Amino acid sequence: MCLAVPGKIIEIIIEDPLLPAARVDFGGVVKEISLAYTPHARPGDYVLTHVGFALTVIDEHEAARTLEALREVAAGVGSAAGREWAPAR
Amino acid sequence: MKHATEYRDGGLARQLAARITAEAVGRAEPYRFMEFCGGHTHAISRYGLEDLLPSSVRLIHGPGCPVCVLPVARIDSAIRLAEQPGITLCTYGDLMRVPGSRGVSLLRAKAAGADVRMIYSALDAIALARAEPQRQVVLFAIGFETTTPPTARAVRLAAQMELENFTVFCNHVLTPAAIQNILESPDLREFGRVQLDGFIGPAHVSTVIGSEPYTFFAEEFAKPVVIAGFEPLDVLQAVLMLVRQVNQGRHEVENQYGRAVSPGGNEAAKREVAEVFELRKTFEWRGLGHVPYSALRLKARYGQFDAERRFGLRDLAGRDVPGCQCGAVLRGVKTPLDCRLFGKVCTPESPMGSCMVSPEGACSAYWTYKRFRRGATEESAA
Ligand code: SF4
Repeated sequence: MCLAVPGKIIEIIIEDPLLPAARVDFGGVVKEISLAYTPHARPGDYVLTHVGFALTVIDEHEAARTLEALREVAAGVGSAAGREWAPAR
Repeated sequence: MKHATEYRDGGLARQLAARITAEAVGRAEPYRFMEFCGGHTHAISRYGLEDLLPSSVRLIHGPGCPVCVLPVARIDSAIRLAEQPGITLCTYGDLMRVPGSRGVSLLRAKAAGADVRMIYSALDAIALARAEPQRQVVLFAIGFETTTPPTARAVRLAAQMELENFTVFCNHVLTPAAIQNILESPDLREFGRVQLDGFIGPAHVSTVIGSEPYTFFAEEFAKPVVIAGFEPLDVLQAVLMLVRQVNQGRHEVENQYGRAVSPGGNEAAKREVAEVFELRKTFEWRGLGHVPYSALRLKARYGQFDAERRFGLRDLAGRDVPGCQCGAVLRGVKTPLDCRLFGKVCTPESPMGSCMVSPEGACSAYWTYKRFRRGATEESAA
């Protein structure tokens, strides 16, 4: 039930506050997803969804930071302090 | 696939594993980390991460698989409901195949005539209730904090539409209560020695509850927690972060999954869950037994949508399949290979226990991704 991959919002189809919905593309499979808990999500955003509901919008800036830190540490550049690994905010 | 494939790079994974090997040398004992989520268990098996990691690091599978932890008695109750004339029981896919007492699953009940429907979203159950007003539609709701908000929204919609034929059989459970239970479990304190050095914290659950609820465990039990995503590089990065915390004598909550998890989580979702649900004093988990304040039920205000009330459901005494070790597997004290039924009578095609049903279950993950490898090593050893 938890193995969701992020999907990309193609278009917002319902703006109703109780049932806002969007069409979301999961690597080619398009589904209608409720934006009840991510009302600010916009087309182009990536969302993590569970049982038909988007629960969070992927933060592009944080994703880039994590990837950069990963590459640095894998290459042996990162310090052992652990700070460079997107520490708890 | 963006935000997924980048975290599956095999070359980076090997380099990361080499760093872990170089740094996980600080102690005589292995570093033992529990991955709470079944999603992590699945990723670890699927990408063979245990083969990449040094023998100084052990990963222990936890109970974070919603299908796995639901006790047989609740499945039995759902089956009884579904068998009543006039009732339509809606549920998510995996749950249909979990065997109840006497090995009967919802799927078998359906084949025998019960009206059981598989749904994708809680909203499908609402649509069904509106389309078939002559039937009593029951949503068999299970899951951790990720599936609870959708159920809450369905209940609020039903209230707004004044639906008289929609109820929820609520089995939503709470992650922090389960983690606490494991940390206090005597199994893990054999000879007074706590055998867990840290937790790989839930990924998607944390998108809802945030990283803050784990601060208590990190402080109270002096265990580091690193919240991690479900891709293989996410898990390896989290392991390195845990190794470093142990080496440095720290026990903090760190967030490897910053792209999806914030400290406070999803406020709108939390608010709606609090509006609709309240804590149960106790709830039975498969493997963990009765855990205080570990599950939710509908508040009295929404009582008319509570299936347990409307249909007078009472707790049944369920019986696990004799020999099934799911309980011990879920507590992390046994692996699927310790079960005599594993791979012989129990396979994903004909599961004997819940851990073999869901792809997040440890038994299913072992069977799907490990049996050939293990077979190969056994042969070469023979
Ligand atoms: S292999 Fe099957 S019977 Fe054994 S513990 Fe796992 S689910 Fe239960």
